Amino acid sequence: MTSTLDATAQPHGGTPRTLEAAELAAVRADFPLLARTLRGGRPLVYLDSGATSQKPDVVLDAEQDFYVQRNAAVHRGAHQLAEEATEAFEDARSRVASFVGVSPGELVWTSNATAAINLVAYAMSNATLGRGGADARRFALAPGDEIVVTEAEHHANLVPWQELAARTGATLRWVGVDDDGRLRADELDTVVTSRTRVVAVTHASNVTGAITPVARFVARAREVGALTVLDACQSVPHLPVDLPALGVDFAAFSGHKMLGPTGVGALYGRRELLEAMPPVTTGGSMVEVVTMDRTTYAPPPQRFEAGTQMVSQAVGMGAAASYLAELGMDAVAAHEAHLTRLLLDAVASVPGVRVIGPTDAHDRLATVSFVVDGVHAHDVGQVLDDAGVAVRVGHHCAQPLHRRFGVAATARASAAVYTTDEEVAVFREALAGVRTFFGLEDGRSA
Amino acid sequence: MSTSMEQLYQQVILDHAKFPHGRGLGAAADAARTGESHQVNPTCGDEVTLQVDVDASGVVRDVRWEGQGCSISQASVSVLHDLVVDHDLASVDDVAETFRALMQSKGAGLGEEAEDKLGDAAAFTGVGRYSARVKCALLGWVALNDALIKAGAARTKEDA
Repeated sequence: MTSTLDATAQPHGGTPRTLEAAELAAVRADFPLLARTLRGGRPLVYLDSGATSQKPDVVLDAEQDFYVQRNAAVHRGAHQLAEEATEAFEDARSRVASFVGVSPGELVWTSNATAAINLVAYAMSNATLGRGGADARRFALAPGDEIVVTEAEHHANLVPWQELAARTGATLRWVGVDDDGRLRADELDTVVTSRTRVVAVTHASNVTGAITPVARFVARAREVGALTVLDACQSVPHLPVDLPALGVDFAAFSGHKMLGPTGVGALYGRRELLEAMPPVTTGGSMVEVVTMDRTTYAPPPQRFEAGTQMVSQAVGMGAAASYLAELGMDAVAAHEAHLTRLLLDAVASVPGVRVIGPTDAHDRLATVSFVVDGVHAHDVGQVLDDAGVAVRVGHHCAQPLHRRFGVAATARASAAVYTTDEEVAVFREALAGVRTFFGLEDGRSA
Repeated sequence: MSTSMEQLYQQVILDHAKFPHGRGLGAAADAARTGESHQVNPTCGDEVTLQVDVDASGVVRDVRWEGQGCSISQASVSVLHDLVVDHDLASVDDVAETFRALMQSKGAGLGEEAEDKLGDAAAFTGVGRYSARVKCALLGWVALNDALIKAGAARTKEDA
């Protein structure tokens, strides 16, 4: 489950085990929502897992079970319930940590991935103000320092760095995207310089589906002594991810995209970095000794978990990690690689439809964004919805990437472990009807 | 395609989207009060820039606009143009309120009298059934209201 993934490894190559038909049917039976119907009794074809995934019974049950059997305040109280609640909470941390190859002490619960990235950015801000003392000086920024992001980032891995630059006087720079939707890793040598302090990059684009050659980003960042922050939201649910093998310093991912609940996400940080980092949100549960004029802080991860935590959601996220681990992420990735090819073929088979992102299935997720010539993405989504097909439309929280391709909005079909060949076929047929519905003949625009 | 799709995308909407009225920004028609507004729907990136000219007697002399977005949002601004140009502010206010009420009717419509008043805009009745699309249909109307305020020709909500 913890094979390395980077540009040189081939997660979709070789002949990994995939999900057999019976296994896939069993997986689908685990997701009660997938069985519901929509307006007019149409079956649901859920191709919006890139936005949020559906949840299996084991996740729903884990949350329910926590409240029914174990609910109590964690990390305090000497009673049995408090002990059991704490065990459930920390067991979930262990499950999620081991799912991405890290130790529990390196995994901080956050409310979502956005909060995880902001945590790093605000800790650096606080270090810049002198908080955290000498140990935290490595996180301090000054005018002239540079923060590097990419043009493919979700706003969650762009705006916090814009804000950090504005607060500290550092300069924001970015790596571009090529016409195929791949990151211009060839620009790393010029964009990342001796002044670069942070390199923040997505593991896989939520729009183009392109998988980042993380090893090249990490290698370049290390050459100049910059910290690396990986947005792993789109990779962790779909690929085997071993964060230490990738060599990143920090990584963020969310529960709800990996079959878990909303309201919970995780920040991974290398232990020595978390230990040196000043806190961000302060208050209860994250302290050692508090007097009226000063406070000493708990070691990580508790130092970054102020206030009552989202315990039941964390337990649900732990259950989701175990569910995926049990299926085997190699098998999940192999199944989704197959879906990637089907989705790309489906889109390519319909005249007047153009993919925004790589059209070859290599190093790519089953997340396919496209524009339909002469039809706005909203209208595309509406016609697909009429066939029961749920896709995302809009800019997918990545306006600069859309601007890069000269489009305001795209429609995006994104698969997950429970997606079937038949669903892609329904999507294809509905997509084929879009231009006809709007009175456009094949090959001509409005 | 289902009947609800056909009710949503009525031919009159598709025609306005394809051949919009009043499109293209420019200089004010005369020395009238002029206001301009740029509105964005942040969830989908649809946008419209709308200019409105109002003469001394309180009649809307012209509406010019530029925008990009889905057929619902673009057709709605085109229909808006036809409904407000050469009408006085009181009737513009009335038709704007009626259109908002239509969008809140969840597809039920407002009855014959109101729909007569709305002309082509009555074709948007089906949009009310899709809560995610109501914002598309209202984008131009929000821009009009803001542009009229900037022209000093409409009261703000706070004044009312």
